Order: sequence, then structure tokens, then C-alpha cells
Amino acid sequence: MLTFIARRCLVMVPTLFAISVVAFLIIQLPPGDYLTTMVTRLEAEGQQVDEAMLAGLRDRYGLGRPVHEQYLAWMSGIVHGDFGQSFEYGTSVSSLIADRLPLSIVLTVSTLLATWLIAFPIGLYSAVRQYSPGDYLATTIGFLGLAVPNFLIALGLMYVMHTVFGYSVGGLFSPEYRDAPWSLAKVGDLAAHLWIPIVVLGTAGTAGLIRILRANVLDEVRKPYVVAARARGVPERRLVFKYPLRVALNPFISTVGWVLPALLSGEVIVASVLNLPTTGPLLLGALRSQDMYLAGSIILIVSVLTVVGTLLSDVLLARLDPRVRLGHR
Amino acid sequence: MTDLTSQAPPREPDPPPESPAAVPETPGRRSRGTASQRRLVWWRFKQHRLAMAGLIVTAGIYVVAVFAGFLAPFSSSTFDPEYTYAPPQRLHVVDRSGGDWDWGLFVHGYRSTVDDETLELTFEPDESQKIDVGLFVKGEEYEILGLIPWDRHLIGPTNPDDPMYLLGGTRTGHDLLSRMIHGTTVSMSIGLVGVAMAFVLGVTLGGISGYVGGRTDLAIQRLVEFFMSVPSIPLWLGLAAALPPEWGPMQRYFAITTILAAIAWTDLARVVRGRFLSLRNEEFVTSARLDGSSRQRVIFRHMMPSFSSHLIASVTLSVPGMILAETSLSFLGLGLQAPVVSWGVLLQDAQNIRAMATAPWLLLPGLCVIVSVLALNFVGDGLRDAADPYKR
Amino acid sequence: MSAASAVGDGPLLEIDGLKTQFFTREGTVRAVDGVSLSVPRGATVCVVGESGCGKSVTARSVLGLVDEPGRIVGGRIRWRPAGGDEVDLATLEPTSERMRRIRGGEISMVFQEPMASLSPMHTVGSQLVEAIRLHLPLGRAEARDRAVELLRRVGIPRPEARMEAYSFQLSGGMCQRVMIAIALACDPALLIADEPTTALDVTTQARIIDLLRDLQARSGMSVLFITHDLGVVAEIADEVVVMYLGTVVERGGVDEIFHDPKHPYTRALIGSVPRMGRGSRQRLTTIRGTVPHPSDRPAGCAFHPRCDVAVAGVCDRTDPPDAVVGPARTARCVLYDPVAVSASPPADGSGVTP
Ligand SMILES: Nc1ncnc2c1ncn2[C@@H]1O[C@H](COP(=O)(O)OP(=O)(O)OP(=O)(O)O)[C@@H](O)[C@H]1O
Ligand code: SF4
Ligand SMILES: [Mg+2]
Repeated sequence: MLTFIARRCLVMVPTLFAISVVAFLIIQLPPGDYLTTMVTRLEAEGQQVDEAMLAGLRDRYGLGRPVHEQYLAWMSGIVHGDFGQSFEYGTSVSSLIADRLPLSIVLTVSTLLATWLIAFPIGLYSAVRQYSPGDYLATTIGFLGLAVPNFLIALGLMYVMHTVFGYSVGGLFSPEYRDAPWSLAKVGDLAAHLWIPIVVLGTAGTAGLIRILRANVLDEVRKPYVVAARARGVPERRLVFKYPLRVALNPFISTVGWVLPALLSGEVIVASVLNLPTTGPLLLGALRSQDMYLAGSIILIVSVLTVVGTLLSDVLLARLDPRVRLGHR
Repeated sequence: MTDLTSQAPPREPDPPPESPAAVPETPGRRSRGTASQRRLVWWRFKQHRLAMAGLIVTAGIYVVAVFAGFLAPFSSSTFDPEYTYAPPQRLHVVDRSGGDWDWGLFVHGYRSTVDDETLELTFEPDESQKIDVGLFVKGEEYEILGLIPWDRHLIGPTNPDDPMYLLGGTRTGHDLLSRMIHGTTVSMSIGLVGVAMAFVLGVTLGGISGYVGGRTDLAIQRLVEFFMSVPSIPLWLGLAAALPPEWGPMQRYFAITTILAAIAWTDLARVVRGRFLSLRNEEFVTSARLDGSSRQRVIFRHMMPSFSSHLIASVTLSVPGMILAETSLSFLGLGLQAPVVSWGVLLQDAQNIRAMATAPWLLLPGLCVIVSVLALNFVGDGLRDAADPYKR
Repeated sequence: MSAASAVGDGPLLEIDGLKTQFFTREGTVRAVDGVSLSVPRGATVCVVGESGCGKSVTARSVLGLVDEPGRIVGGRIRWRPAGGDEVDLATLEPTSERMRRIRGGEISMVFQEPMASLSPMHTVGSQLVEAIRLHLPLGRAEARDRAVELLRRVGIPRPEARMEAYSFQLSGGMCQRVMIAIALACDPALLIADEPTTALDVTTQARIIDLLRDLQARSGMSVLFITHDLGVVAEIADEVVVMYLGTVVERGGVDEIFHDPKHPYTRALIGSVPRMGRGSRQRLTTIRGTVPHPSDRPAGCAFHPRCDVAVAGVCDRTDPPDAVVGPARTARCVLYDPVAVSASPPADGSGVTP
């Protein structure tokens, strides 16, 4: 098990490196660099440019030096917790992200859990009662869930809530808690608001998982070992729950690898439609205004988190599936 | 060991193809040769009702995309700021206002009132105004397939200057129906062009990976894993945001398509690689190799045909993802931009609750997205099942 | 080989006119079309026939294990356990408690692919213990002891350690031994072995056959053994059932079948084996043509397009009857039907001695 984890971590290194390079490229892509943009901005606002400060910054980011040195300067800053400065907000990127990242994580993780909780019984039912009306219903919903883009669900939900219930959807907190310090009441308020983004974000993933689970269980119940178990007198119910389900559960764990990136992707759009205080709208705003250090850092952090999440899911999978654990394909 | 199985005729590397005429009578049975294989897939596909329906709808949507200029009453740039958020009109077939049955298409004009406080315009149908609507009416010039100039439109007001908003108007007073039809061209073509790019990338890299194997395979696999493990939207948002703002609509179109293709190729590469790996060791490929066929010949004559149906299924299944991605990007304002119209661009208008409350019809382009994605998914699923009936 | 011992009355298992069909989208596949055979107590009955003739479907029908879209549509499967009531397995609900108790408790089955027949997610031991506790009132520890003992009995070295192994860590032969141990877990009266050695290499095949023969001799259970391998048949069978395209074409004692085959198909099979015995790996090429798919079964005698002595105008028209050709012997061929033969004597009777 330990060797498995060690091997898996080793594989992660090149991926992490590639991610950092891509994030760095995104920062570098727009014409000009951090300082020229800043100078233009300051001048546009009619402010004085402090030459000493400029020199300090130039030194800090290695601007004007070869690209790889700039990359190293940026990376070493990150290692020390310095992600650079945001023009838009005039503060450090790390403080901006620290503000919003926890909510992103809460949203993503709870959506993932909700996805599992809903997809599991439905997918199982669909497989065990293949071609029943319930199965057709679930399949239809599954198809629809995959076909409707996230933001359309958000828009539709907003519209319905607004016209039917006169309730305006959006945000993660009621106004009175927005800036309040954390308390039990604030957590409760968050939970009361969280379900809408969870529904919106989770639909596609749930639909996908239902389909995968159904197909897998159906595949699995036809395997010889299930027939063999039936032939030795294992009761039908146990036959489904003990054998195929164990194998069919794998995708729940292994798909974390693509569900997580998809959720974080979807979060960007959904959060900006629903106006949530998460990293998504921050990223969009940063991209629109070419606030590249902020944008690049968010992309970097979100991608790294995904990779770490995938690692965790792989470890979990190895615990569950002896074939993975014992290195058998 | 005396073995009854060996009584079956010894398996030839390439058995004589069955006569195609025999295939429809004996479907589902072992068939040989690629020609009859294809027929077989088609036969199974036709059995799949949902897939057939999907195919018909998809074909219809592409017809709309190709003949958008003729089908749309107006061009995508025609607008009348007087009719901001004009509600949809009802298309009447018979006029009974005169007491008798007066057949002929028409819509009613609008009566607008301005709210004194909010200065908002509200429209009501004006029964006294009758705007005649005709089929094959003369209107703005356009080019069929970008080649043949024409000025007839399937439907439109007989007087091109009269307001006709069958599905309502947008914030800028464009006709939503016309824009949706023109958007079809862009949204659906992005799916095709993007998938074509992804296809080339995916098949090349996946094919190399699966056929050559070894270290090359490992490197390409790592690349695929990297692309799959990174949240795509933030990444592609980043790339899209970095596109120079001075680029024209065409450049932007291709840039966005390329970015989208970069999302989709990984899946195709995996499918192709998997197929190659499993086929590489199969008898007929080995025997073709032993025969001394060149690599290219082995790939194109022997390996490709045997999984072309799977490939077509995978390609079909990646088109909807493309369409969804374009819609999302454009919706966020980082994809295609006006004056280009796509469904995503149109949905931008519906971004806030106020716009939606006054003009819920602005969500209609979303319906186009859903219908086309569903139809394509059904076709893809049907194809996959037909290509691989024993898999499921 | 032990002869049939008469415990109770009638054979242990008696299949009579069994019909199992698959209702596929492309049409009905009559995989088993009127099979009759019986398994006496304590005897080993071998079912032979070319691939696709319905051997597996027959075996699965006995335990109600026919896959969707298949169904038993006719016939009877009489099961007469010693000291129990006779049941008709053909009409017994596959999900019923009685059927569940029969499966693994009274009738066990061993399959062709040992590796795939074990769950890869559970240890060998847990599956074995499960099989024991499903039918015997044993505690966890007792069941475990019995499991280890069973593994030892089927010749698995270091059985305690093997309890914790997963199927993918064992060789095919080892997996098949485990499957046999599971099958024997509750001392069944009948063991159905569906080509238990086909997936294994030659030496392992021989060992597994020896093991099965040994176990059968010691426990006195009946065995219904399905195989392609005439060498194995000669070695272990008491009685032989020859199947062709969903029907039994000939049945009889092993010596009679080998030394005096009646049915032209059996003759072709046996005649094509130059030397009997395991290990003689000869190709059988004397039967011309191939087996048709059950859904386009030829009219009349299903074998007639390949039969050297077919009677034109009879074999391709009428179904041959199941003619009795000796004590406990039948052959399904017009040549042995007194009525048909007298009506139209064989055009070419050279090789035929009814
Ligand atoms: N699930 C199924 N659906 C449709 N037809 C089936 C199914 N299972 C078996 N059959 C048909 O039933 C016939 C008999 O199959 P069966 O597996 O009993 O043959 P077999 O004698 O055991 O052959 P083998 O020696 O290859 O195991 C086959 O021709 C096959 O086409
Ligand atoms: S019935 Fe006729 S065709 Fe069939 S085996 Fe006998 S002789 Fe041959
Ligand atoms: Mg079989």
C-alpha cells in the first residue's frame, strides 16, 4: 500500500510541473508584463509612479530577465506563499484566494457527496430493474442532465424561483451574515443557501454517474463469477449487493478524477451566474480585466487541488479494490 | 488431445466475405468483411428507435444550419431599436375580424406604452394592425452556402420593413428567431470543425500510442492524463482570455475552435489507443504482418476498417461536448463575440434575472442547445451499441 | 468406475424432453430442443457434442441459470434427492428458496473459466466460507476449518495461506481447484462440470480430471460431465450422451458407444479419433461441413446435410424418432426406426448395421 502511494505521488510530479508551466504561460500570454500594465493603469488614474517601488517589483518578479528565470522567481514566491499582486483589488493574490477558496472547496466537496448520494440508489435501481418505468425515467433524466449546460439550469432555476416563488436566488449567505464572523448560525445560513448551487452543479455529474453505475452493474451481473455465486445458492439480493456492487462502486471513486475537474470547471460558470463568493467569479473577473497574476494563481491552485483530489481517490480505490492495491491490471 | 472444437473449419486469416445479400436475412450472426460489417451496424442502428429519431433531428438541425439565410426571415444584423424586448407574436392563419373566413398568414402589430416611472417599454399586440406574412417572400439578400446569391426567405412579412417577431425580440431589437437560425450555423459548425481537429489530433496521437507502444506510448499517455486531470474550463478560459482583442471574428472563431478541440482530443486518443492495443495482437493483424505488409498498409487496410464504427460513435459523442463548451465560453463572454451569433452569444442576453423576467423567450436558444445535444447523444449511443452489441 | 447403485427409486436426475429457447430480437433460438437424458445415482454421465450444440444451456437449465432472454419452454427435469421429495426443476421458480437450497446444497456446478468464476474483489476463503455457511449450520470458525480442509482435499498446497489469496493471484488450475472445493463444500448429490478443463493447459487438465475422478469415487456423488474431449469421456464416463444441435442423438454405456456406435454422427465422431486416450492430439476432419446455427436448423434430421448415409426424401423431411437400440440405449436416426426403414430402405446401407 505504501509503495503504491509513493509510486502514485511520483507520477504526480511531472503533472504538477506541467500545470505550473501552463499557469505561468497564461500569466505571460497577454502583451506587456505586470509592470507596464501597472504603470499604464496608474498613469490613467493620474497617479504618480514611484520609481523605487517599480525597481523593487522588477527585481521581485525577475522581469526583464529570461523567461525561465522569471518562472523560477514566480515559483519561489509561491513556495513562500506569495502569489503576486492583483491590480484589480490592489491586494495580494494570496489574501484574495484565501478568502474564497474555502467556500469553493465546501461547494465542490458537498456537490460531490450529493452526487454520490443521489446517483447511487438511482443507478442501482435502474440496473436491477432494467427496462422498468423507473429505469426509463432515470435514463431520461440522465440524458437530460447531460444535455443541459450548467448555467442553463441555473438560469432556469433562477427564473422559476423568481416568477413562481418571488424568491431571488443567488449568493451563499443572507445579507445579515455576509460579512459576519463565522458562527453556528452563519454555517446554518450557508447550508440553507448551498442547495441551489449544489443542484445546479451536480446535475451533470449525477446524470453521468447514474449512467456509469447502471452500465457497470449490468456488465458485472453477467460476469461468470456472479453466475457461479448464484449457482452455489447465494440469494439474489446478496448477489447484487455483495458482488457486482463492489466492482461497480469503483467508478464512484475513480471518476473523482474527472468529476472533480468538471465540478471545478462548472463552478466557474455557475458561481458567476448565481453570484457566489467563490473563486469562480474571481477568476472570470481577473481574466476579463487581464489581472493575470490573480488568474494564473487561481488556475494553478484549482488544478493542483484537482490533482491532489485525484490522488486521494486513487488511494481510496486501492483500499477498496485488491486488484489495484496488488498492482494487478 | 482429441478435441471436438477443432472440427470447425480451421480459421482462415481472412475468410471469404459473405454475400451482402445474405446479411439482412441473418443479422446478428457472425459476419465477415468490412462491407457487410458496415451494413450490419446500420441494420442494428435502425432497430434503435431513439437513435433513429436523434439522427433525423440532427439531420434537420444541420439542414437549418446550411440554409440559415433562406430559413431566417431576417439577417442576423437586422434590428430595430424601437422593438426592444418585443414579445413573441402569434402567427394567425385566418382573419375572422371581418366576420368571414379570410385565409392568409398575418401577425398583429404592436402598441407600446412607456412606464412613467421606470421608463420601461411594454408591448401589447395591436389587433387593429395587420401585418401580412408570406411564404417565399422577397427580403434581404444572402448567399446560399456562401455562393449563390438569393433574396427569397421561407417566411417573412410581405413588406420587409414591418416588424415580425415570431419568437420575440432581443434587447437590441433583433428578431430572436432569425438570430437563433443564424446561430445554428455557427454553433453546429463549431462542433464539426472542432471535432475534425480533435479527430486528427486524437487519431494520430492515439494511433501512434497504441501501435508503436513502449516509451512513446508512455509519453503520450502522460500527456493525455495531464489534459484530463486539469479542470478544463479555467484553463481554456485563461487561453481564451489571452486571445488578442483586435482579432477579427474569423480568427477568433478558429482560435476558439482550436481551444475546444484541445479539450476533446484526449477522449478520442484513448479510444483509438485502446482499440489499437487490443487489435494489435489479434490474429488477422499478426498474419497481415507476417505476410510482410507494410505498417501503413496494416494500419489503413486492416486495422482502421475494423474499428471505424467505434470511431464514428466516439466522434459523434464528442460533438455535443464541443457545442456545450462553446455555448459556455460564449455565454461568459470569453468565446465568440458579436457580431458573430451563436446560441451561447444569444444566451448572454439572458444573464440577469431582470432580463429573464421581462423577456423569458431569451432562454429559447438554450432549448436549441438541449435539443441538438440530446439528438447527437442519442445518435452516438445508438452507433456505439450498434457497433458493439455484445458489449452491453 | 463405480456402477449405478440403486438408492431410492429411479435415476437421481431425469431430463425429459427439455426445451430451452432464447427470445432474441433477431428471432427465437432453439438452443435445447427436446433433450432427454438421465443421471443414475453414483454414476458419471458425459455429454459430448460440438460447440454450440446446447450442452451448457442444458446444464444451466437444470439449475435455473439460463441467461436472459432465455427460458425453459417445455419438458421436465426430475430431481430425486435421496430421502427427499421429487421436484421438477423445469417448473421450479429460479428465485425460489427451494431452488436456492438445491443450488450448491444438492447440485453443484463447476464452470469453464475458473479465474472468471471467482470474484476478484473477495478472497478465495471468504467465497468458500460463504458457500459453506449458505447451506450448513456452521459458525464462522467451524466453517473456516472446513474450508481449509476442503482446500487441502482438492490438493491445494498451504491451504491456510491460500485462504487469503485473490483469484488473480492464483493460476488457472489452482482457481479450478478452488471452484471444485466450493462445489464440494456441502457434499452435493450431483456435480455438474461444464467443460471444467477446457481453459487449462494439458498437464493441468489431466490433474484436474484425476482429482474429479478421485473425489467422485470417494464421495459416491453423481457427476454430469460436459466435455469436448473424447479421451476424457473414455476415461471417466459410465454413460455417454451425444448431442447435436439441441437434441440428444445417441445415448448408451461408454463401452457400447465407443465400440459399437449406432448413430451416424457418433460414428463420425468416434471414427475420426484414430487412437483413443488422452494426449493424442489429432485433428478431427472427417465430418464435412459445419454445425449450423440453432436458428436455421435444417428440416427433418438436423444432421442430414452432413450425414454420409442420409436417406433422400426421408431424412430431410421427417424428424427421426428416438429409437431404442438396446438396453438403456437410444439413437435418433431413421435407420433404426423399423417403420421408416421398411417404408424406404437405405439407398446406401454399406456402412450401416442396425
Ligand atoms: N444468451 C444467449 N442468447 C442467445 N443465444 C444463446 C445464448 N446463450 C446460448 N445461446 C445459443 O444457444 C446455443 C447453445 O449454446 P451452448 O452454450 O449451450 O453451447 P455448448 O454446447 O455449450 O457449446 P460450447 O462447447 O461452445 O460451450 C448456441 O448456439 C448459442 O447460439
Ligand atoms: S436420420 Fe438420416 S440424416 Fe439423420 S443421422 Fe440418420 S441417416 Fe443421417
Ligand atoms: Mg458450453
